[in-house]
Amino acid sequence: MSEVKFISPETLEQAVDAYYKSSKEGKTKILAGGTDLLVQIRSGISQPDTIIDIKNIKELKEISNDNGSYTIGAAVAGAVLDEEEDFGNNWPGVLEALRLIGSEQIQGRASLGGNLCNASPAGDSVPALIASGATVKVHGPEGERNMPIESFHAGPGKTNLKNGEIVVNFQFPKKQKCSGDAYLRMIPRTEMDIAVVGCAVNVTIENDKCVDARVALGAVAPTALLVEDASKALIGSNFEKEAVEKAALACEAACNPIDDKRGTISYRKKVSKVLFKRALEKAIERAKKG
Amino acid sequence: MNEMDNKWIGKNTIRPDGADKVTGRAEYAADTIMPGMIWGKVLRSPHPHATIKSINTKKAEKLDGVFSVATSADCVDFPVDTPVILGIQDIRWMARNVLAKEKVLFHGHPIAAVAARTEEIAEKACELIEVDYDVHPWAIEIDDAIKPDAPILHDFIKFDGKPSNIVGTLEHKKGNIEEGFKDADIIIEKEFETAAVHQGYLETHACLVSVSPDDKTIIWSSSQGQFMVRAMTSFITGIPQSSIRAIPAEIGGGFGGKTIVYLEPVATILSKKSGRPVKMVMTREEVMRASGPTSGSKSKVKIGAKNDGKITAAQGTFYLQAGAFPGAPIRGAAGCCLAPYDIPNAHTFGYDVVSNRSKVAAYRAPGAPIGAYAVECVIDEVAEALKICPLEFRLKNAAKQGTKAVHGPTYPVMGYVETLEACLSHPHYKAPLKKLQGRGYASGFWFNAGGESSAQVNITEDGNVVVTTGHPDIGGSRASIANITAELLGIDVNRVSVLIGDTASIGFSNLTGGSRVLFASALVVTESTNQVIDILKDRASKIWNIDKEAIEWENGQARPAGDNAGKFKPLTLVELAEKATPTGGPIGAGHQVNTVGAEGGFATHICDVEVDIELGIARVIRYTAAQDVGKAIHPAYVEGQLQGGVVQGIGWALNEEYIYNKEGKLDNPGFLDYRIPVCSDLPMIDTILVEVPNPKHPQGVRGVGEVPIVPPLSAIANAIYNAIGTRFYSLPMSPPKILEKISD
Ligand SMILES: Cc1cc2nc3c(=O)[nH]c(=O)nc-3n(C[C@H](O)[C@H](O)[C@H](O)COP(=O)(O)OP(=O)(O)OC[C@H]3O[C@@H](n4cnc5c(N)ncnc54)[C@H](O)[C@@H]3O)c2cc1C
Repeated sequence: MSEVKFISPETLEQAVDAYYKSSKEGKTKILAGGTDLLVQIRSGISQPDTIIDIKNIKELKEISNDNGSYTIGAAVAGAVLDEEEDFGNNWPGVLEALRLIGSEQIQGRASLGGNLCNASPAGDSVPALIASGATVKVHGPEGERNMPIESFHAGPGKTNLKNGEIVVNFQFPKKQKCSGDAYLRMIPRTEMDIAVVGCAVNVTIENDKCVDARVALGAVAPTALLVEDASKALIGSNFEKEAVEKAALACEAACNPIDDKRGTISYRKKVSKVLFKRALEKAIERAKKG
Repeated sequence: MNEMDNKWIGKNTIRPDGADKVTGRAEYAADTIMPGMIWGKVLRSPHPHATIKSINTKKAEKLDGVFSVATSADCVDFPVDTPVILGIQDIRWMARNVLAKEKVLFHGHPIAAVAARTEEIAEKACELIEVDYDVHPWAIEIDDAIKPDAPILHDFIKFDGKPSNIVGTLEHKKGNIEEGFKDADIIIEKEFETAAVHQGYLETHACLVSVSPDDKTIIWSSSQGQFMVRAMTSFITGIPQSSIRAIPAEIGGGFGGKTIVYLEPVATILSKKSGRPVKMVMTREEVMRASGPTSGSKSKVKIGAKNDGKITAAQGTFYLQAGAFPGAPIRGAAGCCLAPYDIPNAHTFGYDVVSNRSKVAAYRAPGAPIGAYAVECVIDEVAEALKICPLEFRLKNAAKQGTKAVHGPTYPVMGYVETLEACLSHPHYKAPLKKLQGRGYASGFWFNAGGESSAQVNITEDGNVVVTTGHPDIGGSRASIANITAELLGIDVNRVSVLIGDTASIGFSNLTGGSRVLFASALVVTESTNQVIDILKDRASKIWNIDKEAIEWENGQARPAGDNAGKFKPLTLVELAEKATPTGGPIGAGHQVNTVGAEGGFATHICDVEVDIELGIARVIRYTAAQDVGKAIHPAYVEGQLQGGVVQGIGWALNEEYIYNKEGKLDNPGFLDYRIPVCSDLPMIDTILVEVPNPKHPQGVRGVGEVPIVPPLSAIANAIYNAIGTRFYSLPMSPPKILEKISD
């Protein structure tokens, strides 16, 4: 790597301004925890001439809870969110997905914003964020806008961010009573690995009936997916076998995976059904606890 | 020596290298720096197979910051038709692997190298080197390499009279195989496949080389043998061995993969041409693409037995990948696979197959896990068909002292049966299993090696001891040598310091490989220490003015052998050292010899797995490894060797594999997609150290480092079968493979 300009702005406006301007002249990269970016720079995949560190911007590091609705700054590190006890009680699925990222050391840096913006189809927190129904606030030269997570990505490594836009924070809906979420991934090892399939489920139960459900899959298509047919199959059911099987088949049908060194198409399809069922069971158990 | 009286042998003394390693002070090859040092980088082939028509380095040489460029034209020329043998390597191939000459034979094959002010400039300069290629079709897998119209890598090598990628064979025969199968009541024959796997050492290859204007060369590098580095560098560069001083760094793992050179001759040429010290450090990707994995394989094994459980005949055919140059470890596969058994009629055959992959390097018991995998899986099937417990079946057919092995020797005292008995009486053998859990067994053998070793034992002026040997310490040889020296001298182990000498400070010592180091260096250290004791007695005899024969050495002191010898206060090592000058001068002795008498090692393993049949994941949940270790000089280190071998075997069995893409390039050149096990993948690995001392060694030592990687592949395969009733004949047994087969 030759010389790189490193900027560390303290306000969102400064960051967006610098990002927009320098992107026009060369290759600029936003730096949150750096656990993706630094690896990419080292391997030559990314060769930025300007790096903008966003960790000094207050809004991006904030966690707030407005009467049960959480807002999590895009650059908050996994380990920091982990200490926010009540967040895990509300969104155990999101937290367990985030905590799967890397190791203890990686957790000290890795952020939800980085995981989302890196746009790997296998990013672990993304299906959980989709299932939670969270939206993302982005700030750019033309001001602010909100996007649902499921429409954030354009393809592997690609987002729908416009030139100069930075992700500011994640806004979670107020958790429903008797709802629960869960995330599971399949990796050949037990840790330090990349998801071959990931599945997140978020269900709300009323009088033993499923009144709301969101199911999301990762690593089985160019982007993480919200599987609406699986939600439809579950909503209104008592989670009886037929409904669960129908939802599982919807997961399998939604898969559009590739054959690669990490898994075959047929393997990923089969596993998506299995993980869905296991994640659903976990989510139901959590929902029943309140 | 009376076992019970041992004070240091058999004790887990503190590792002499421990403090430096845990505090980050230990110096690995990449830690060394020199004033004026510049950086070398390698240009590698973008093609799996091509003829090099020309190499133009002019533009690279002109780039600002570039000091020198090297190609094979700077190396000594070794004609392809004349073997130049060094140990198990042929310098013809080694030279061409270090820098390609006529052809590039795998993606990542080094073609040229540049030394420049920074690594970045060197890299940029590499891109400016223009290579004109004539690109050829390639073959990666064994089947593609041996089919009739396969692209031929080395057209001057012939098999059956025709140019071929089969570049060598090896055969072992005993009895009459046809008769043996005729006698059998049951015959089982199966075919197996294993993938190429890498040694996975954490420290990537690295060196720093400084060549002065008179060719005096100093090499700091991480290897399994400083003398191997000196010899190979000398061959390839033409600088005489006497002008090269190779200094061994602490080594961050080798497992056989650092028994050959990659960078040292290149850095030597770059340094010689530039007049500057040159440092080279491989990236992980370079290590994966261009340093030796061990062979992938295809094999077929047939075993026949009587209804009473006696094996009558066994036959095995093994095709092993050599990578780009001849030298697949067929001897390990065809020679070790039947070694645990007393079989009257047997025939094994090995084929050495080249293809467009990186040249294989030794990996812990090279070839033996591949042979054992096939044989031990078929043994399990035969035992099952005969309804005999697989351990009892092995016991019934076990080789013993006096058995004539299929690979040649008649066995001396050995402890194979003891490992089987130890497993049968271990609680693991009878522990209950739950649903989807299964238990498997397998045995294994490795030859072990002797060879050249040198040692020097010196008494310091303050009466302590410095021992120097010539082998890089990979498995704890320094700690074990300290134990032995302290025991022989009768002094506290902390008074013994053990060092690894460089090639200028100790006599020739063969490399750290073949599980030979403690066997060989304990022999020469024992001899040297006994000579030192003799000198000490001599000094005491001068002080007391009595016969040397009337003096004995005990508890670190010279004392009169009995009342007749006279009444003198014993002289300690410290006192004798103080009086060294007037009694004759410095006290020390060395010994150098080609050691013989390294006897083979046997092991039997028990493995439990649990299979998630919905996801296809097999996890090892309990593991016990029993091994005849001869004598455990430092038991914790011996246990570590057993556990480490098992861990690598688990990786090989379940997830590790070289995956090639359609362009003939390695698709997983890093630890994310080349999956060695992580701690959480592993159970605690229990060890049973069976001690049947090697009668040909003063302390009873047998090599222990390689045997433990031999049984796991089949122990795990057999356990998976036991858990779910499906047999797998192809490694790795990764989740997609398992799920595909069980959902059929
Ligand atoms: C050893 C190791 C293990 C890992 N294991 C996992 C794993 O198990 N699962 C998994 O999903 N990931 C894993 N990762 C990848 C990585 O840690 C995660 O994706 C992490 O969440 C990235 O966060 P970060 O803050 O470090 O991102 P960074 O590296 O700082 O950024 C990642 C990308 O997003 C962009 N970016 C970051 N923040 C913003 C923002 N606010 N607005 C706009 N763009 C932004 C950056 O420019 C960059 O392109 C692992 C990485 C390592 C090194």
